[in-house]
Amino acid sequence: MAINWFKYAAPSTFYGLAGKLVPWFAWPAAILFCVGMYIGFFVAPTDAVQSEAYRIIFIHVPASILSMMIYLIMAGYAALGLIFNTRLSSMMATALAPTGALLAFISLWTGSLWGKPMWGAWWVWDARLTSELILLFLYLGFIALQSSIEDPRRADRAGALLAIVGSVNVPIIYFSVKWWNTLHQGSTVKMSGTSMHIAMQQAMFTMFAAMWLYAIAIALLRVRSIILERERNTQWVTELAEMQQ
Amino acid sequence: MNWLEFFAMKGYAWYIWGSYGIAILMIAVEIILVIHKRKITLQQLRLIRDADKED
Repeated sequence: MAINWFKYAAPSTFYGLAGKLVPWFAWPAAILFCVGMYIGFFVAPTDAVQSEAYRIIFIHVPASILSMMIYLIMAGYAALGLIFNTRLSSMMATALAPTGALLAFISLWTGSLWGKPMWGAWWVWDARLTSELILLFLYLGFIALQSSIEDPRRADRAGALLAIVGSVNVPIIYFSVKWWNTLHQGSTVKMSGTSMHIAMQQAMFTMFAAMWLYAIAIALLRVRSIILERERNTQWVTELAEMQQ
Repeated sequence: MNWLEFFAMKGYAWYIWGSYGIAILMIAVEIILVIHKRKITLQQLRLIRDADKED
């Protein structure tokens, strides 16, 4: 059976598909979030060094990793839109930016609240922290730039250039703890294994999965509004069931 | 386990609940904003369509 992958590259077909997919991502996200919180607070043991303070890890690490991954996905979509002139990819990039910014903010916020009791400072101009702050500014810059340009296609192109150039920051964040002598600790979970307690790992991975699913659900929901706005002059939008009121 | 003791988090309550509280609050705000945006967009499109019909 041949699947026409390009069928869903059209905003009109993707609009319906996205609407059907949202609950399939949103509900598992909510359930996994509750499971992750339960394991994180009731199953995972107290840390020998950091006592209870380490429990911030279950939100801090998934939010930080996702803020970087979403940036790369956003830049990838923006690049696709720029190269192939596909409208939907540019819309996806626009839909991902606010969620990426939110996750970058959560990463910095929880990191600050973790840094104070462990390092004695809310903030230090350390390579890891500074590059993550730049990531937040890149997201905000992308959003501001796009909303300052009235013509959506031009906004897509300008935003895409910013997103692509800014993606150089993501490996800098990732490798910052190796390249520079930073206050921020290195990765605990490595390819070669981890020293983490099994329940701590389970809580962190469950929260990571929950936030992944959430990010997909919210981006799909947001892109539906973007599609409607940009396609408002088309026949298919006026024929939508939700428009018949 | 005692609930008061649980919420006290051995003295780290402000840091831990401050982290989770703000994170959950912001995610909740994002969900509300995105749902609201959809309602507003549909409303605007209907208004534009009705205005066009009257012309």
